[in-house]
Amino acid sequence: MGTAQCQHLLENMSAYLDGEASAELCAEIERHLDGCDDCRVVVDTLRKTITLYHELPQPELPPAARLRLYKSLDLSEFLNPKS
Amino acid sequence: MVSEDTDRTLIERIRHGDKSACAECVERHSPGVYRVALRLMGNEAEAEDVVQETFLSAFKAIDAFEGRSGLATWLYRIAHNAALMRLRRVRPDQVSVDDEEVFGEGMAVPSQMHDWCCLPERDFESSEARAELERAVRELPEKLRAVFVMRELEGLSTEETAEALDVSIDVVKVRLHRARLQLRERLSSYFTELAQAEA
Repeated sequence: MGTAQCQHLLENMSAYLDGEASAELCAEIERHLDGCDDCRVVVDTLRKTITLYHELPQPELPPAARLRLYKSLDLSEFLNPKS
Repeated sequence: MVSEDTDRTLIERIRHGDKSACAECVERHSPGVYRVALRLMGNEAEAEDVVQETFLSAFKAIDAFEGRSGLATWLYRIAHNAALMRLRRVRPDQVSVDDEEVFGEGMAVPSQMHDWCCLPERDFESSEARAELERAVRELPEKLRAVFVMRELEGLSTEETAEALDVSIDVVKVRLHRARLQLRERLSSYFTELAQAEA
């Protein structure tokens, strides 16, 4: 990732992966990726990193904490078991 | 997704002192506020305190809510401020005050160049790998972590994230990009080691 073109790609990598780069910039990036293995690896592993985070299970508010939350807000009378 | 109209009605009822509306608001928004608080604070007890503080502050300040952002975004903003106050108190070294951010400036050059994408899916889905993903987020600098959590993990838009964190859209984009690169670097170390161990 030593060239000015690599640096240019690095700066625009998120825009490229998010589909926010212009058609012209996308074409420029893809041309560069065809000949630069390091940048190809960074793009692929960055894309995979984003996907892994999107697939990460979401933590849930523990039932005991939910109970305490309603109590602290003086809303216990509205507390129904979680469906 | 909850419509704006439904939230608007809910806000009006809360303003009129309707406790069932407060409960509805908590039921609807506490899961998201908790997820953000947990990932900002890094532990359940502190996250729970932040959630309580968020709803107490929100109900107290409901008359000041102007409706420029959605209710969820406003609650995330309160939660972020509450988390930040706590982090400044307990871990001041993690919270910097500088705000100079220029795209490309100071951006770490990737050093991990092993392609680990082809590992078997089970390696990405293991509880150990998922714990590593969560740990990597916890270890991001606070400013990058807040953007990453809201934008990538909670799915807020760039505009909503900017509103929740009181920064510009450009700052959100810069921080998100830096957070992703730092996480890629960190995960590359982990998965490369795993790939080498399996080879």
